[in-house]
Amino acid sequence: MNRTDDVTGFQTTGHEWDGIEELNRPLPRWWLMVWYACILWALVYFVLYPAWPLVGGYTKGVLGYSQRQTVAADLAKAQEAQSQWRQQIASADLTTIEKTPELFQFAVAGGKAAFGDNCAPCHGTGAQGFTGYPNLNDDDWLWGGSLDAIHTTIRYGIRSTSDNTRLNDMMAFGRDQILNRDQINDVTEYVLDISHQDHDAAAAERGKQIFTDNCVACHGEGGVGNQELGAPNLTDAIWLYGGDRNTIRQTVTNGRKGVMPTWEHRLDPVTIKQLAVYVHSLGGGQ
Amino acid sequence: MNDMADTGTITETGTVVERADVEAVNAKATRETLYAERVKIHPKLVHGHWRRIKWAVMGVTLAIYYLTPWIRWDRGPNLPDQAVLIDFANTRFFFFFLEIWPQEFYFVTGLLVLAALVLFLMTALAGRVWCGYMCPQTVWTDLMIMIERLVEGDRGRRIVLDKLPMSGSKLAKRVIKHALWLLVALLTGGAWVFYFGDAPTLMVDLVTGQAPIVAYTTIGVLTATTYLLGGLAREQVCTYMCPWPRIQGAMLDDESLMVSYRGWRGEPRSHYRKGESWDNRGDCIDCKQCVVVCPMGIDIRDGAQLECINCALCIDACNDVMTKINRPGNLIAYDSFQGLSAAAKGENHRFRPLRPRTLIYAGLIAVVGLIMLTALLMRTELDVNVLRDRNPLFVRLSDGGVRNGYTLRILNKEHDSMHVVLTLDGLEGGQLVLQGHDSGTVEVPVDDLQSLRAFVVLSPEATRKAMAAGEDVLDFAIVAHDTQSDRTSRNSTTFRLPEGR
Ligand code: SF4
Ligand code: SF4
Repeated sequence: MNRTDDVTGFQTTGHEWDGIEELNRPLPRWWLMVWYACILWALVYFVLYPAWPLVGGYTKGVLGYSQRQTVAADLAKAQEAQSQWRQQIASADLTTIEKTPELFQFAVAGGKAAFGDNCAPCHGTGAQGFTGYPNLNDDDWLWGGSLDAIHTTIRYGIRSTSDNTRLNDMMAFGRDQILNRDQINDVTEYVLDISHQDHDAAAAERGKQIFTDNCVACHGEGGVGNQELGAPNLTDAIWLYGGDRNTIRQTVTNGRKGVMPTWEHRLDPVTIKQLAVYVHSLGGGQ
Repeated sequence: MNDMADTGTITETGTVVERADVEAVNAKATRETLYAERVKIHPKLVHGHWRRIKWAVMGVTLAIYYLTPWIRWDRGPNLPDQAVLIDFANTRFFFFFLEIWPQEFYFVTGLLVLAALVLFLMTALAGRVWCGYMCPQTVWTDLMIMIERLVEGDRGRRIVLDKLPMSGSKLAKRVIKHALWLLVALLTGGAWVFYFGDAPTLMVDLVTGQAPIVAYTTIGVLTATTYLLGGLAREQVCTYMCPWPRIQGAMLDDESLMVSYRGWRGEPRSHYRKGESWDNRGDCIDCKQCVVVCPMGIDIRDGAQLECINCALCIDACNDVMTKINRPGNLIAYDSFQGLSAAAKGENHRFRPLRPRTLIYAGLIAVVGLIMLTALLMRTELDVNVLRDRNPLFVRLSDGGVRNGYTLRILNKEHDSMHVVLTLDGLEGGQLVLQGHDSGTVEVPVDDLQSLRAFVVLSPEATRKAMAAGEDVLDFAIVAHDTQSDRTSRNSTTFRLPEGR
């Protein structure tokens, strides 16, 4: 139902919305040509490139273009670009990597990414640790905080399935009935004493002898720890499981056996090196 | 001069007002089909007040565009001495005394916001004046038409030339015209790349074929678009491609000035013969001079139209006619809807530039301008960003102290390298350790950024004292002092402690 609009003199398209009619104004012809060109382009594209989803796939297009292939190629190119750095890291020793600014940067960047993928679930994204999982930012290390010590720990793990794993045994003095309840209380007071916390002086005095008999072998004279054996320093302010009276008593009673897996079979040597450098750079490395 | 003259109107003073045989591009007769062939427009040269302004604006804007990259500015060694330079390779933007780093991109954002607001204000005050005078499309189209006029003559001659069969001289004219258009287009593309490199060097490189391929591509693309849009498409761009005419409707109100035909004075229009009385008729003698000069090819007497770019050339044309026939000028003028309807009723109406809409736009411009000015004045040559580690917020150390980690970014925007000494201020018992630096001094090369990790360690005593006082956040500052230039930057930040206990 086309009619001519009285006011403007234009024909209307016959469409009407709420009493408002659409005028039929001519478009320029070149505009129409551009439109045809676009349709043509779409058809050509349809033939050349993947375009239409099907039940079990999609139309492939005669050019055989695939975004996955492009990504794969890009990734290969990126790895190719990194390969010179990776080779250098593979052949350099850890100290040299840390001393060479470009290698250090590359190692830290790669280490950070690998840390996020592999280590963050236990140690936290900021390596801040949780109860039972060491904080890697601080200056307290069970098995040593040097580059090599960190590298060894990452590579072989602690109490892991690796033949070279680092291993020690904090005994369950209570559960295995090596010490009785009172002795455990006394030695707990002693540990509170050497870590500068509130304690019962008389009990601590009694506990000192028990400590010497049972604990010094690993934790050393005065409880200063031994990184060769992975025995924690009991005199400092950092505790893996907690330093309050109850937790210490529990630790002595039941022992502790935290596990860190070996990464040797899951990560390549270059990545492990990068991880070591990254962890060392977090601020607590020795 | 006037090949197209048909019957003219002889006025009392004896001069002739020519009458043109022309029809508006959107005239009723052409409205039947769905797709219209393009109606070629041959705007006639007009002289007058607004045309002079338009020439002046064209001269100034083109001069700014072409000359800016050639202005020199001392930037010290290693950098091109160019006043305005977009340095993609080093992600810097130089603008006279300003040097904008990626961190300060908000200046550019601010400028864009300002530009948008100024455009809004302009439109609220006087419609599409931006389109009519300053839009690059208008400026270059005007330039292209000027060239066309120089080669092929004014409107009448061009129409005749169009109708003539192809001949040697017609071909020569066409070739010259298109060659000149392409030359202008080439110069346009050429001028643009000079903003992205040292102009004199780039000029030599371009001529000797040494310039980067992207420079040639840019010039090529801009040459093509300028030729196509300015030379060939012209008003089609404004009418069919540009979104602004559609948007501007929202910026206008009844008080906005627009080029308007004062129908109350001009109607009823009719041809005028010498000696006739002006009683019982309008001032418009239907000479259509306003139509032939219009670069958009429309008839302003049909009322406000989407196509009109408010360039006021029709005002000049009609004023010329009014002078010749001894009638008062401004039958077509910048007027508002309010002004038009008031005058039709015989009332007086004065243009009101101060309205809530314009005041709000002006206010916003002032606010954004002030914010930018403040930011500009507070800018320093030695810029230090301190980013606190969030994860972990703090690290307890074995001796009972606490350590916080920071990333420091030191920006050197000077012409010399810096030796920056970093110290702590306001943190008793605190010690600053820079990773990879044995001393507290960092060297920052010229025009560069040095990023480093810093640790602040709070002694066990200070930690105990602060925690006993129930503090878990301590305020302090990292002070950077450049021994070279004696500049200092104090950067407040915080130190975090474990909560409670
Ligand atoms: S408005 Fe002026 S220029 Fe246009 S036709 Fe009327 S008299 Fe002529
Ligand atoms: S009608 Fe007048 S102001 Fe509007 S575009 Fe044409 S000449 Fe310019």
